[in-house]
Amino acid sequence: MPKLTIDGIEVEVEPGLTILQACEQMGIEIPRFCFHERLSIAGNCRMCLVHMERAPKPIASCAMPVGEGMVIETNTPEVRQMRKGVMEFLLINHPLDCPICDQGGECDLQDQAMGYGHDRSRYADNKRAVKDKDLGPLIETMMTRCIHCTRCIRFATEIAGVQELGATGRGEHMEVGTYVEKALTSELSGNMIDLCPVGALTSKPYAFTARSWELKKTESIDVLDAVGSNIRVDTRGAEVMRILPRLNEEVNEEWISDKTRFACDGLKRQRLDQPYVRRDGKLTPATWDEAFAAVAKRLKGIDGKKVAALAGDLADCESMMALKDLMTALGSPHFDCRQDGAKLDPTVRAGYLFNSTIAGIEHADACLLIGTNPRLEAPVLNSRLRKRFLMRNFPIAVVGTGDDLTYDYDHLGDDVEVLKSLANGRHKFAKVMKRAEKAMLILGQGALARPDGGGILSLARDIAEACSLVNDKIGWNGFNVLHTAAARVGGLDLGFVPAGKGRDTKAILDGAGKGAVDVVYLLGADEIDMDRLGEAFVIYQGHHGDAGAHRADVILPGAAYTEKNATYVNTEGRVQRTRLAAFPPGEAREDWTIIRALSAILECPLAFDDARMLRARMVETNAAFINVDEVAPAAWKPFGGNGELGTSALSSPIENFYMTDPISRASVTMAKCSDLLPGAEKDKTGTDG
Amino acid sequence: MSGSTKTVVQPDNFVFTSENAEAANVEIAKYPEGWQESAVMPLLDLAQRQHDGWLPRAAMDTVAGMLGMAPIRVYEVATFYTMYNLGPVGKNHVQVCTNLPCLLRGSDAIVGACKESLGLEMGETSEDGQFTLSVAECLGACANAPMMQIGDDYYEDLDAESTKAILGALKGGQTPKPGSQSGRHSSEPAGGLTCLKEINYGAGK
Repeated sequence: MPKLTIDGIEVEVEPGLTILQACEQMGIEIPRFCFHERLSIAGNCRMCLVHMERAPKPIASCAMPVGEGMVIETNTPEVRQMRKGVMEFLLINHPLDCPICDQGGECDLQDQAMGYGHDRSRYADNKRAVKDKDLGPLIETMMTRCIHCTRCIRFATEIAGVQELGATGRGEHMEVGTYVEKALTSELSGNMIDLCPVGALTSKPYAFTARSWELKKTESIDVLDAVGSNIRVDTRGAEVMRILPRLNEEVNEEWISDKTRFACDGLKRQRLDQPYVRRDGKLTPATWDEAFAAVAKRLKGIDGKKVAALAGDLADCESMMALKDLMTALGSPHFDCRQDGAKLDPTVRAGYLFNSTIAGIEHADACLLIGTNPRLEAPVLNSRLRKRFLMRNFPIAVVGTGDDLTYDYDHLGDDVEVLKSLANGRHKFAKVMKRAEKAMLILGQGALARPDGGGILSLARDIAEACSLVNDKIGWNGFNVLHTAAARVGGLDLGFVPAGKGRDTKAILDGAGKGAVDVVYLLGADEIDMDRLGEAFVIYQGHHGDAGAHRADVILPGAAYTEKNATYVNTEGRVQRTRLAAFPPGEAREDWTIIRALSAILECPLAFDDARMLRARMVETNAAFINVDEVAPAAWKPFGGNGELGTSALSSPIENFYMTDPISRASVTMAKCSDLLPGAEKDKTGTDG
Repeated sequence: MSGSTKTVVQPDNFVFTSENAEAANVEIAKYPEGWQESAVMPLLDLAQRQHDGWLPRAAMDTVAGMLGMAPIRVYEVATFYTMYNLGPVGKNHVQVCTNLPCLLRGSDAIVGACKESLGLEMGETSEDGQFTLSVAECLGACANAPMMQIGDDYYEDLDAESTKAILGALKGGQTPKPGSQSGRHSSEPAGGLTCLKEINYGAGK
């Protein structure tokens, strides 16, 4: 442990740290533009200069490792003068257009110019002008403002894994860009906006709509994939203006996917803001009383066994708990939260969780992906896999389609036969995993949501056993299920699955088509085939006018994830809560309250009157709901399913990353991104645009 | 860096001739396994020589493909070095150094002589495609300033007359003698040797 003196205080720090980090540990803030904890060190902005004893010239503290006996001064008049000099250079070509710059108010350069800037410029020459680049529908560029810190280039190359940005014409004419004009093909590109210390890269959809100081900031959770990224929702009045990542080392570090960030404009479109009732074949606006009356009339005297419920991908735990209790009270065992028909076994928690945890990926030393494309299903989780890949000695193999995942892997094949040979331990990669101390496999929904999903689940468990992926001695469980829906794990935890001989999703749809199920309650379930519902009376509770609402006979308007305090469980089994950032529009209400109110109308009032009682009910159902924000290891027990193994190829369930749920399908920004996907052009009709 | 990319008509594809492909493989083989990217500069040079002295984007993409690099990494290299031309250049690419030592030794006169003799402004190419005139940053021949580079050759110790003579010879299809134009050998003192005159340190002595 090297000992050094910083500003007269002797400290002992970890070897390998840089002086800047050592200063930070002591609470001394060093100004910087190019340095970022999660990126490689570039040392090109020179803002972090400090004075080191016996050094012939100032040193860049971000790039200098600590050494024994160093004497560092960070705040002498000389150091301040040096930084002022650097700032003056940076501002030679930087346009002082802060009043019309979106970064204004949250700009590193603006902030640091307050400390180190001069009150006037000594440069009379014209400033350099740089042509703006078109980086696609998400990132607005104003390249004249760029100070060439190269954070965006390093992010694209290192974290996002797409080598598309670079610095061309290095020197006097340096420009950051793609050289050949093209949109970035990363699902994480929005993070460059956060990384950019100036206003060169800003958010295109958010451009010129708000100032940072007029926004209300609410800490919440993302639900557009199953990672449960921690986010900050910035609102002005009832409008969600933007979504930013929040630091959580265990989940998303400080990144979020582009869908998480930019789909928020979908919250303003296609909203269900009042109840509707179908009269004479046409959905007509109604009051809550009329809507409830219509439901009560249809349910009156009906056998509970002819009622069924499906929960969608965005359903929160509170509403699923309430709906489950309501269905039970009505005497129906037919409810399912697996609307994609995934053959997940709800009896053993370890059988449907991402047991290694997301942060645990960094400790793994071999990985097998089965029927999943984490780049599309969970881009932030994929960046962890890439991070681990970059640390070296991390063999990765894929059973499924051979897509570009931003890291190298062995493509073992795409059919079930490969899994069989992995399970009997004879496959080459099975031996690799067996040798590894902490090997992991990731089982995707593409492998489970198919007729033989149950068999594949059993096979995956066999692989886990055969390759000793689970080792209780070192507390490692390498069996992982990667979910695509934020509601799924919560639904399974609460037992929102057919009770006893109840019908599952497929059987509910079949029953509805044949007339065995008369009433179907869709809790935000939009990704099912509505045609199969046949003549059934459909109650749709949700927040967007998507497929479910079009088919519905009664629509009960609910709240989106930014409009309620709700519980979600991510793919690791981490219980997290969203916070109300804006109130639901119009007549829409928080979801569980709708079900509670309906239960009173149906004369089977549920046993909770407020959120606290409801959450106590959730804890009673599953003790996992006690610990919010934490992950408890799940016990490894026998689980699995059956189903004759098919021969079709394994693939990811997500084709279009930008449109997977009602919110992103309603988003204009996501539509623009979808248009740029390869193959999007051919689907267009003549009336497009 | 030199050569404007603005109005350049880019060819659709670029393929190394078999000799150049072989030469490229020789260059690549100089670097250990996994470090093939190091061969990017010689390969770009080969491509440029094959393609009339300039690098089309297709050539950079081809090189990127051969070395397993992302194309942007090749663009970064090609846009940094002045020796790579990203747009068409004349048969004789005249690059005049105007950095400090050459400037002090009268590079303004050389620039003037070039402009006058060729009838071109900086960055322009003559209509017959024979000459391109451009400014170069320091080419490392400061001891023989002022100087210019034409093609692969350095012409040093220039003045307005010798510059015009060189350009005239080139126009006439001749190849003027490269190196110092003042008659001295290499960068020996301009006024002849001042010491060590007696002892000959040549071979065998």
